[in-house]
Amino acid sequence: MKIDQMDKNLLNLIQTDFPLSPEPYREIGEMLGIGTEEVLSRLKKMIDNGLIRRLGGIFDSKMLGYCSTLCAMQVDEKRIEEVAEVVNSYPGVTHNYLREHKFNMWFTFTAPSIEELNTCIAQIKMDTGIHNILILPAQELFKIRVSFEL
Amino acid sequence: MSFDRGDYMLLDLDRRIIKELQNGLPLTKYPYRIIAGRLKISESKLMNRVEYLIKKGVIRRLGAAVRHQELGFTANAMVVWDVPDNKICQVGTTMAEFREVTHCYQRPRQTGWPYNLFAMIHGQSREECIKIAEKIARVVGIDRYRLLFSTAELKKTSMRYFE
Repeated sequence: MKIDQMDKNLLNLIQTDFPLSPEPYREIGEMLGIGTEEVLSRLKKMIDNGLIRRLGGIFDSKMLGYCSTLCAMQVDEKRIEEVAEVVNSYPGVTHNYLREHKFNMWFTFTAPSIEELNTCIAQIKMDTGIHNILILPAQELFKIRVSFEL
Repeated sequence: MSFDRGDYMLLDLDRRIIKELQNGLPLTKYPYRIIAGRLKISESKLMNRVEYLIKKGVIRRLGAAVRHQELGFTANAMVVWDVPDNKICQVGTTMAEFREVTHCYQRPRQTGWPYNLFAMIHGQSREECIKIAEKIARVVGIDRYRLLFSTAELKKTSMRYFE
């Protein structure tokens, strides 16, 4: 999908300064010099096209009482699809990427408690027969930036 | 029911607000008014509570989550570093200052896994990511590192809380 400079300006703005006021889309339009209707139609287009994955709140899972960890799994090339299906079936798995390393499947797991997290990971080991999983929870956060400047 | 997390209490109302906000903000003139209506509270009460949750860091921010690959940031590398334990704070802080680094975490070393610092780099190409990592390595003075490029995205969603 092609986006123009106004779409880019709009994306930059809504990744960092989304207004908390009764008419946020009108305010955004005023900052960009376009009308409310145009803001809404551009947003709708970018949501429909998948450029915007979600428009709403981004939360701190820890502050909500949830536990999360990064996991890395060593999966035989021939089994990737099958193993991914098992791993991805958990709603707590939000990201899963293949990476170039002996540990080739990297996913994040978020759960309401550490007990549930451990149970789910034990279940993944059972279901896949793969026991070589690195559990790498964050110990210190130095940075989390989720906006991409265009 | 509510529970205490340090200096703030997560109320039942907060959970309901979070469940609404994770579904997305309506694309209408008065989006908060619509959500407030669903929660049967006033618009100003909703906005005050959201402001409070932002201040406390429960809501990191309002706005959009984008698909960065579709926006031209096609290469992403997880750069893993083997940093001496007594330097990790200083190195992590320095690394976080690079604009190309989007995430930076300390994680535990394990048997067969010597790396304890993780930095995500997003770039327009593989070569760009490699150059960025070299630049960071020079600045922080760490030469034991690896770039793990992603070759496929198997899943990417947002967590759904309280469901």
